[in-house]
Amino acid sequence: MQPFAIIRPKRVDQARELVVGKPELRVFRAGGVDLFDRMKEGIEDPELLVELRDALTAGVELTKDQPLVPVDTNPLPPAPRYVSAGALTTLAQLAAAALPGVDALHQAAGQAATPGIRNTATLGGNLLQRPRCWYFRNRELVCLKKGGDTCLAITGDSRYHAILGGGPSFIVHPSSLATALLALDAVASVFVGDEQASPQPVLPLHELFVGPEQDPTREHKLAPGDLLTRVWIPVLDDMRSAYQAVREKRSHDWPLVEAAARLRLDQGGSMRDVRVALGHVAPIPWNASQAAALLEGQTPSAKLFAQAADAALADAAALEGNAYKIPMAKGLLRQVLHRASGLALPE
Amino acid sequence: MAKRDGPEHDETRGLTRRGLFRSIGAATLVAGCTKEDPPLHPESRAVADVDGAIGLTPTPLEFVLDGQPQKLEVEARTTLLDLLRLDLDRTGTKLVCDRGACGACMVMVDDVPRNSCMMLALDVAGATVTTVAGLGGSSQLSALQQAFVQHDALQCGFCTSGMLISSSALLRRSAGQTLERADVEDAIAGNLCRCGTYPHVVDAVLSVANGGGGSAHNVVLLRAKPSTKSGGA
Repeated sequence: MQPFAIIRPKRVDQARELVVGKPELRVFRAGGVDLFDRMKEGIEDPELLVELRDALTAGVELTKDQPLVPVDTNPLPPAPRYVSAGALTTLAQLAAAALPGVDALHQAAGQAATPGIRNTATLGGNLLQRPRCWYFRNRELVCLKKGGDTCLAITGDSRYHAILGGGPSFIVHPSSLATALLALDAVASVFVGDEQASPQPVLPLHELFVGPEQDPTREHKLAPGDLLTRVWIPVLDDMRSAYQAVREKRSHDWPLVEAAARLRLDQGGSMRDVRVALGHVAPIPWNASQAAALLEGQTPSAKLFAQAADAALADAAALEGNAYKIPMAKGLLRQVLHRASGLALPE
Repeated sequence: MAKRDGPEHDETRGLTRRGLFRSIGAATLVAGCTKEDPPLHPESRAVADVDGAIGLTPTPLEFVLDGQPQKLEVEARTTLLDLLRLDLDRTGTKLVCDRGACGACMVMVDDVPRNSCMMLALDVAGATVTTVAGLGGSSQLSALQQAFVQHDALQCGFCTSGMLISSSALLRRSAGQTLERADVEDAIAGNLCRCGTYPHVVDAVLSVANGGGGSAHNVVLLRAKPSTKSGGA
């Protein structure tokens, strides 16, 4: 890595001040796993790493509290309790937390990367990491994400690229936590102001991410200097959730496809508050709202789950090398619905 | 990249592989084959005027390495792995992928196994770092290291120090519990072995975990037990 300096501000406003206006030269560092990878690959060369270790917090807890938000912003989804996790919480801590209802998060965190990386990588860094596309990560290539004219996956090797929501870029969003958190209807506290004390907004996770049709050079809405400080997950009564991924290798591999679902069963056995998400199929964590709408208020059945899976992938369009992802996503989606609802898998 | 006050390279070891390579100038040869960025002088960077920024030039660092206090100076860009191997000559920790993908560089930082290639040296200020050399020396192997020998748990040996770190951390956090194969497989899931020694590594770790405390006596007894010879090439 080229020479750089580090600085460890004590507060978020100090951290923000150091980066605002100098995005090319100064970057935030949480765990640093993705950042050091980009620096070692030679696609980024910051001169100052603003380390967040003293400005943000780690740790995950179950709480009845809600953050103080500005009057004109979205409040959190109503729930009796929330799982609240600081942005510096490691993936290992998230995997081990054993909190009610959020199995999807535990499973996603516990399967990502490797045990050693999970001890270093953080919640905030995982959500805001850059894409793992091999064209983006190759410093010799100028793809659409790096200011080029076209996404190189269109004519290149597209086996790991998007089948939904693609165009003009066909990356897949790399965060497994985002897939689980999207299904769990999570919101993120962000620090976008100048004053530490004033209430800061929360962003529902589906609003945090930016698709390539809006801006192909970025993956999320936060401007340089803005910070993701905390994630909140509403824990509904009797809430259940599940996450599952398919990988080529048993360990340390990015998912080919992943799926997550959240729901609760009412007294009559009908599914309520259903949310379904897919990962590694689209440039953003994919909210399968058609599937969720089909399931809402219905009794779990294998036939219904298959219909929901078909609905979720109805708009899928494969590139040359990734048509396999369509049936794979359907199968995974059915599996997480069976697991979340407790309905035994057929056969 | 760093200055150090620690003990100089041990000249009493006689002829070592590293010493031999150095003496025939292999380092020059290797350097000629790798693609390096043109050197960028720290002076050309503008951060020196940011109050509180450190590490553009060598910066003091103190930590405990394998039981020995270290006091040295290091640049921010030096990874923990580079500090160990290049500055402190602690070459038991291996460099392979340099991207956190293989686990050959794993060390324990305050008893937590981590990939030293994806950490900065300055991250461990005030911490206790344990490398494979801190688990036991060549004259006094730990029970786990002894079990690795007896279960034939290594072939080329390049992944072994990382395997030992991951499995030592598992044994420390699960002391007194009975372990299953899956527990060990989960713990070493970040350690890539190209020789395919995984089944023997699992055998070795289980022999220490479930063998009544992992004393030398137990390890010797377990030697007679037929081990699963299912490892692929």
